[in-house]
Amino acid sequence: MNALEISDVWKYYGDFPALREVALNIEPGSTMALLGRNGAGKTTLLRIIAGLSRPSRGSIKIQGADAREQSTRQRIGVLGHGIALYDELSAIENLTLFGRLYGLPDPRKRADEMLERVGLSRVRDGLAREFSRGMRQRLAVGRAFLHDPEVLLLDEPFTALDDRAIAVLQSMIQSMRDRGRTIIMSTHQLREALELASHVALLQRGQIVHTGERTQQMLDDTGWLYRTYGDN
Amino acid sequence: MREKIIIGLAAFAGALLAWNMNTIFTQLPDELNQGAIYRIIYFHVPANILGMSGFGLGMLFSIGYLVTKDLRYDALAASVTEVSLVFASIGLATGSIWARIIWGVWWAWDYRLTSWLVCWLIFGGYLMLRRAVDEPNQRARFAAVVSILGSVNAYISYKSIEWWTTQHPQPVLSIRNGGGMAEGMEAPIWWNLLALACFSTILVMVRMRQESFAREIDTLRRMAHAQ
Amino acid sequence: MFLRQVWTIAAKDLHSELRTKEAWNASIAFSVVILLLFAFAFDPSSDQIREFGSGLLWMTYAFAGALVLNRSFARELQNDCLDALIASPVSSAALFVGKGMANFAMLFAVELFSLPVFGLFYNTWPPHFAPLFLVMVLGTWALTIIGTLFSALTVNLRLRELMLPTLVYPMMIPVLIAAMTITTNVLAGNPMGFGVRFLVAFDIIFTVLAVVFVDTVLVG
Repeated sequence: MNALEISDVWKYYGDFPALREVALNIEPGSTMALLGRNGAGKTTLLRIIAGLSRPSRGSIKIQGADAREQSTRQRIGVLGHGIALYDELSAIENLTLFGRLYGLPDPRKRADEMLERVGLSRVRDGLAREFSRGMRQRLAVGRAFLHDPEVLLLDEPFTALDDRAIAVLQSMIQSMRDRGRTIIMSTHQLREALELASHVALLQRGQIVHTGERTQQMLDDTGWLYRTYGDN
Repeated sequence: MREKIIIGLAAFAGALLAWNMNTIFTQLPDELNQGAIYRIIYFHVPANILGMSGFGLGMLFSIGYLVTKDLRYDALAASVTEVSLVFASIGLATGSIWARIIWGVWWAWDYRLTSWLVCWLIFGGYLMLRRAVDEPNQRARFAAVVSILGSVNAYISYKSIEWWTTQHPQPVLSIRNGGGMAEGMEAPIWWNLLALACFSTILVMVRMRQESFAREIDTLRRMAHAQ
Repeated sequence: MFLRQVWTIAAKDLHSELRTKEAWNASIAFSVVILLLFAFAFDPSSDQIREFGSGLLWMTYAFAGALVLNRSFARELQNDCLDALIASPVSSAALFVGKGMANFAMLFAVELFSLPVFGLFYNTWPPHFAPLFLVMVLGTWALTIIGTLFSALTVNLRLRELMLPTLVYPMMIPVLIAAMTITTNVLAGNPMGFGVRFLVAFDIIFTVLAVVFVDTVLVG
């Protein structure tokens, strides 16, 4: 069973198709880099996979089940543009909250472990609003990975991260890959994405124009894909 | 074809209205207690019937959109609701004029009037909401929810004269088992209703055409921006 | 599972509100100010108060409550928390009911606080408290349901500050009228009347409609 099966997905804004006939199969354990220019539809597609939006046509199946089902959302982790944390709560309170929302058996313990993992144990009782930007980002990464998701969705994950946060994120992504989890990453930062990716999909004006394994050629010449598909 | 229908309906409705006005002003006697002003009933009641049933119809079309996700249902809901709001305004205005003459006040806070004003405010809010949302599908979803909730209030208004003692008169139309009107006085209400219903159909058709153009322009704009 | 999620969401909202007290302070201050200003404006005798006291009380509740209800979903906008909640296994219904319960608790607390202030300024006291609490519970629940649902609906609109009151207040009018009528009876020591059945029916119908439609409103 594929980790992700996207079949014939269309998304309309009014009568304008932002996504057209999108079909994608992602095998378990792969890391998919979703590439495309601004406005190509990457965020729209990711939001549909994350269950934040419904497709106008077609279906998204995650491990065989519909994206909006509760059991499915249990297994998905999302790291988007916003850090999705409550400024007025402390680091430990934030993570414990999300632990409870995800139905973890011992949320507090898991939260403590995660704070250790992202290097924020020292400030566990500090309010999120007092944190520096990098600390907030690390806490956000902790939140996304807290429930040990089987499928991880990352929207522009490396944008505006400081070095320490990038290091934490890369190490967590690596540990997920080692455990055979599936990752879908939408990004502009071609280099980081292509290094981590096993597969690549290129979205252009709402359509998938290329999908396949990440090749050495793509790594050596990062602009190749865009040039080949005439998307300058 | 469309234009022919519109002109045909307009001609029919215009003729019917003219004939009816003739009946009302030349052939019917004045009412016993109210005198000449009672004739306002021939606009007040049809306008309110159209308004209230229009809000209900809008609710049905809204449900249609939610089920099918077809934007044409949303266009229908919006058009019908907007036209109904116009007729509700006419109903409120004619009622107010009538009240001034008969009761001596422009307005009374009884349950029928208040609940109908509330409906007017809710569906006015419906139209404002539509203008506040850019994306057509989101607009349709939100408008549908407001329409459905608002229709509960329309139902409350309809039943208000049954549930509470109101200053507003009890039903007099024969279909509502009311006190009944004198010989020949009730029929013109129905004829006027038919005429106004034709006019409202025309307005809805015009509005639907506008909605269809608006959708097309929106799509073209998005396509242009996507380049 | 559903109840646990509802509880977690409600606890989170209350916890956050206790930390910042933004809506609470504004709400309490507002209610005191309205009650004070009305006393100056009308200088009522005790007979007059029996007539319009309930109206004043519920108007205070409605406007002070709006300050709380406005924040309900708006507080999730910061840092994109709303997306994280919708993407989580929490159903839209649980999210809505959880927030509704937190809002109800906050509104009811503001109302309880306002009551003695009202009693103090206007020298009026209901002969029995139980009926008053009943109408407060029924009326406040209706206000909460309407306010929370429309908070969810308007949360992503750019004209949220304008659209929320425009949509919410007309919907609240039937509830407020019923609540005011019952409260007038209660303050005078009379039986409560038909309004109670109306409020109960309104509460049930709108709660059901809101829970049914909240997912449509939150997920695009």
